[in-house]
Amino acid sequence: MEDLSTGSESDYSNSWISWFLSTKGNEYFAEVDEDYILDRFNLTGLNGEVVQEYSRALNLITDNLDEESLDEDVREAVETSARFLYGLIHARYIVTSRGLSKMLEKYRKADFGRCPRVYCYQQPLLPVGLSDIPYQKAVKLYCPRCEDIYSPKSNRHGSIDGAYFGTTFPHMLFMVYPQMIPGKGQPVGSSSVADVNRSLANQQKDNNGAGPSSLGSGGISTSSVAVKAERYEPRIFGFKVNEDAKLHRWRTAKRDAQIARLENLEKEQGQPNL
Amino acid sequence: MASSAPPVELDPDELEEEEAFDSSSQASSTATSTLTWINWYTSLPGHDYFCDVHEDFIEDDFNLTGLQAMVPFFKEALEMILDVEPEEDSSKIPDVSIVESSAELLYGLVHQRFILTKVGLSCMVEKYEAGHFGACPRVFCHATPVLPCGRADMPGIDTVKLYCPNCGDIYTPPSSKYASVDGAFFGTTFSPLFFQQYPELLSAPFFATSNTNPQASSSSRVSPSESPVGGVTLTNPNTFGGQKPALGKVYVPRIYGFKVSERARSGPRMKWLRERPERFDDLDKVDWKGRFISDTNISDEKDDLMLGGGGAGKTKGRLFDDEDDEVDEEESEEEEEGGAGAGQTIASQAA
Ligand SMILES: [Zn+2]
Ligand SMILES: [Zn+2]
Repeated sequence: MEDLSTGSESDYSNSWISWFLSTKGNEYFAEVDEDYILDRFNLTGLNGEVVQEYSRALNLITDNLDEESLDEDVREAVETSARFLYGLIHARYIVTSRGLSKMLEKYRKADFGRCPRVYCYQQPLLPVGLSDIPYQKAVKLYCPRCEDIYSPKSNRHGSIDGAYFGTTFPHMLFMVYPQMIPGKGQPVGSSSVADVNRSLANQQKDNNGAGPSSLGSGGISTSSVAVKAERYEPRIFGFKVNEDAKLHRWRTAKRDAQIARLENLEKEQGQPNL
Repeated sequence: MASSAPPVELDPDELEEEEAFDSSSQASSTATSTLTWINWYTSLPGHDYFCDVHEDFIEDDFNLTGLQAMVPFFKEALEMILDVEPEEDSSKIPDVSIVESSAELLYGLVHQRFILTKVGLSCMVEKYEAGHFGACPRVFCHATPVLPCGRADMPGIDTVKLYCPNCGDIYTPPSSKYASVDGAFFGTTFSPLFFQQYPELLSAPFFATSNTNPQASSSSRVSPSESPVGGVTLTNPNTFGGQKPALGKVYVPRIYGFKVSERARSGPRMKWLRERPERFDDLDKVDWKGRFISDTNISDEKDDLMLGGGGAGKTKGRLFDDEDDEVDEEESEEEEEGGAGAGQTIASQAA
């Protein structure tokens, strides 16, 4: 967020990567360690994907290219390839342990925006691809609270290739950092308006709900967390709408069936799902 | 002048949008004498969800019943809204800005009532179809237009939200310029009433994954059973109960192409939030407390990738579910749900 102003080159002239990261629209990208890029093993197969100017693009990314010596149009081609190559390396990097921890930092700062769903209470999002192949689908944002995906608000982000983040990334992150999985209900300590009705409804549910929103310490089951999730219920002059109410109840039944399934599984195994 | 509240949390996404909107709407505030207060007010930045309440609606005292007690300087505010020259003894009003905020409150509360009327609904459906309220941010709603709504009918409780008739969920408007618009100015009743009035804009509560080509269901509003070929076609003109087919796809988290199992601690817990039954009748298989009447639906999770260890006993080493690894997610890989509704075949739309 602090790099809103079109990356003034003066501050970032030292390296191509810092320049790239500070460019408006590239806020979702993490900084890939140079060590990672310099290890050719990590780039296996990428020279096949980046057909044009692969080695010059790689040199540009690692600041080993004398750009001045190139023609204008060659330079442009190299620049384009470098962005593409960086994206593909990025997709691989962010599922490594080092990459995950860097993205976790960005997630903590809500660099990827927040869930637009009202009952997700401004939950920070994570970028996700719908395909691992470039040029298929633009990047989307995954919300770990409602477990759904949303389009970025701005076109600048909405046009980034989803393959630069990949389909695996957010799910890998929560597999590695299960303590970061947010609760499904209203975060503890957040006070929100229009929750008068809500608090009534929750009083009953709190009795059998699972732990608080921060499922921090290990060993806590996530089987029944969904009970806490809030939903919108349309009302006309205070009365529920018949068909909406039916679908609402059907979904409740699906939810409770899942909870029963998971709790049975836990019983069979004699331990919480870990 | 009008409430352009301080931006709550400016995120980078908003800046460009803000600029674009402001330039277009600012022009109108350099008012000429022909511009009414209502025209001016509804053209301010962030006020584009409002429709122009007809003056004859406001002039009818019956429609203002009870508002006198809620709005300070009611009379002056009403005059301001209706562009009536104030009477001489306006000296008792301490500050014009107080009347202005009263006028805004009064307008909003009248607006809440107006949009429930036939005329109001038709004003709003025009705006809806023109896309004035934006689109659902959820990916699988495929930019379904949304409608403003409130979670409270009393002012000062909550800001305006946006209701999506496909996922049935509510969202925070994408720009902070709406953060100063009170949800009560739209109210709780408006959006459900709107979709009762215009059911063809609402998505059906069921979604046939197995036999519907998702391409067709999203692009055409015509029932797939309608065939142009001559002869007797027993077509139900109301296949979707007068509603449009749902955009029913649900996101499936995957790691290296394999579904994340719900048995993992980090596995999916919220699929039900977006799911719909395959058939309309399935909605009736749940009792009033939200429990399945029969237990046929209980098991629908089978061969997912088991992540995070733990269930070694149960999963029998089947870590990889290679059946669907290259299937495009757009397709109906969701629910198999073996014969959930196989029993009944009555296609009556009890709508
Ligand atoms: Zn969410
Ligand atoms: Zn939606």
